[in-house]
Amino acid sequence: MSHKNNKFALLTAATGLALATTAAAQAATLEDTRAQGVVQCGVSDGLPGFSSPNDQGEWQGIDVDVCRAVAAAVFGDSEAVRYVPLNAVERFTALQSGEVDVLSRNTTWTTTRDTTLGLNFTGVTFYDGIGFLVNKDLGLSSAKELDGAAICVQAGTTTELNVADYFRANGMQFDPIVFDTSEQTVGGFQAGRCDVLTSDTSQLAALRIQLENPDSAVVLPEVISKEPLGPVVRQGDDQWFNIVKWSLFAMLNAEEMGISSDNVDDMLSSDNPDIARLLGQDGNYGEAMGLEADWAYNIISQVGNYGQVFDRNVGMDSPLQIERGINELWTNGGIHYAPPVR
Amino acid sequence: MIHNRTVIEARPAPTHTIGPVAWLRANLFSGPINTILSLAAIYLLVSLLVPTIQWAFIDADWVGTSRDDCSREGACWVFINARIGQFIYGLYPRHEIWRVNVTFGLFAVLIAWLAIPRLPLKRWVAVATLVVFPFVAFALLYGGRFGLPVVETHRWGGLMLTLVLAVVGMVAALPIGTLLALGRRSKMPIVKSFSVIFIEFWRGVPLITVLFMASVMLPLFLPTGMNVDRLVRALIGITLFQSAYMAEVIRGGLQAIPRGQEEAAAALGMGYWKRMGLIVLPQALKMMIPGIVNTFISLFKDTTLVMIIGLFDLLGIVQAALSDSRWLGFSVEGYAFAALVFWIFCFSMSRYSQYLERKLHTGHKR
Repeated sequence: MSHKNNKFALLTAATGLALATTAAAQAATLEDTRAQGVVQCGVSDGLPGFSSPNDQGEWQGIDVDVCRAVAAAVFGDSEAVRYVPLNAVERFTALQSGEVDVLSRNTTWTTTRDTTLGLNFTGVTFYDGIGFLVNKDLGLSSAKELDGAAICVQAGTTTELNVADYFRANGMQFDPIVFDTSEQTVGGFQAGRCDVLTSDTSQLAALRIQLENPDSAVVLPEVISKEPLGPVVRQGDDQWFNIVKWSLFAMLNAEEMGISSDNVDDMLSSDNPDIARLLGQDGNYGEAMGLEADWAYNIISQVGNYGQVFDRNVGMDSPLQIERGINELWTNGGIHYAPPVR
Repeated sequence: MIHNRTVIEARPAPTHTIGPVAWLRANLFSGPINTILSLAAIYLLVSLLVPTIQWAFIDADWVGTSRDDCSREGACWVFINARIGQFIYGLYPRHEIWRVNVTFGLFAVLIAWLAIPRLPLKRWVAVATLVVFPFVAFALLYGGRFGLPVVETHRWGGLMLTLVLAVVGMVAALPIGTLLALGRRSKMPIVKSFSVIFIEFWRGVPLITVLFMASVMLPLFLPTGMNVDRLVRALIGITLFQSAYMAEVIRGGLQAIPRGQEEAAAALGMGYWKRMGLIVLPQALKMMIPGIVNTFISLFKDTTLVMIIGLFDLLGIVQAALSDSRWLGFSVEGYAFAALVFWIFCFSMSRYSQYLERKLHTGHKR
């Protein structure tokens, strides 16, 4: 995610690092979590499709479902989560200080965060990147045709820099039109101040819905930067790291094997050895992580497989209508690839 | 000889001096310049009001359950309708909402009792409000006692959280501010310098910095595994901050009381606390009402800053609702609603303070 406060976030987080390393050294997150009865999960304070409270006041979104999957693996109950809404600045402090044990908050996996901040990324829930939204009437099919375009962009985000890099690299000119908030950016695009609106692809869909006529605009296929978003845990507790990592892998493997929340009970009697191992029918792969044998069964039956989670929150079953694209499984032309359970 | 004693019937005033036409002439069209200004103002007003009313009422959609029920031509109040419970109670569990209602109902009764002059037993009610009520409110809202299930503070939100922050801030800041103001006027060097340093420090930093420190830095300084609740952190920050402001408002009032008042009280043999409590403060507080209410109103609005530390006050929960992918694009409605609620509360405070001023008016007003 490109955020205005990124630099400040790094700064504050780095300032507290000396103190944080002592906090990070605490192990046995699993025991603490069991004692508390809930998984403490840091989520965004409101990002369409990733985490937001619904009409009933329940948290929902793809990031939220990662929290639920971890809770299902640990407790067999996907509702045993304490959601802590965090903004971009305080998210790493909250994780380092132990206020949350999993940070599932559209956080881009970068070297700095993975190393110097004392954190570990456990995987990728969503491959994001900067994309372009253009008016359908322009008849464009590729970002390479954007030479000389006026581009609406939000001020102070890394998006601005990445777009400039992309245009320079491709020897094209562009005219940036900068707005303060995403709503103003939509307004500018709608009023015809620019031909192109640019933002992270996950956000483009949400911005597109806010247009008066969403069908009048299309998202171009190019994605010009790498923004892998994933859950984060503290360094120094490998058991907990494994639990969060394999909760995500279980959902990906389930989709690959065709197991969903609808058919998981039938799959329990499957002869396929891969399925039997994942669902705990053959061997106990949860034990090594301190979990029950049915850890993956609980995730799949209560939260669903990765495809279900994607479709429900950001994909075709949601208002956002984001294409799977690069977020497909490796078997379908995407890059999601989970190691086997063996 | 004097026959002509018949009294002339009272006649109505000439038509050009009464009635709406005369009022218009006297107030709006009394000369060429005023006429031009009036016409321009009327034009501006109409050109602003008509589209606003058109948007907010005539073209607006009121009934429904989802965004499909909105035509998008006018305001979509369906969004507010669907979320009103959340805007008021935050993420508080639905079947526990009665606890919030009871708490605020109780609070409203106590405040009304104190505010309406005719009702008796003021002193006992005041004690109940300040000493007993906070514990009752905490037990009700947080639970964990009397068989009530615990509702953790991260589920509190909306108008309820705004009121909790504002009320605690106000109730705590007034006494602390009074003590600080007295301390700053004191001749005792330690008391005086403590008060001065406290006031100048907290007045010198922006509230947003205080909240950031409380939420980002404080957790790193505390021992591992020890977490102070974020609501408590915010409450302490707001209280300390507002106390400093309150202290300066009260000091201003204290300085307006002539020195002779205190000297006269001293001549009657009163000690320091009696002089302050019975002679100086009652006179000073009365004059400080506009300043105190001003501080209260700004505190009420400042509570929205807790949004940046991940607490969902009224404005925060509205923003969170705006990010629900099923309700994208209704930010104008959301912000208009939040603005209206804030205005109602602030305007009520302002009206009550004016009433209080009139009631306590004893000739000091110039």
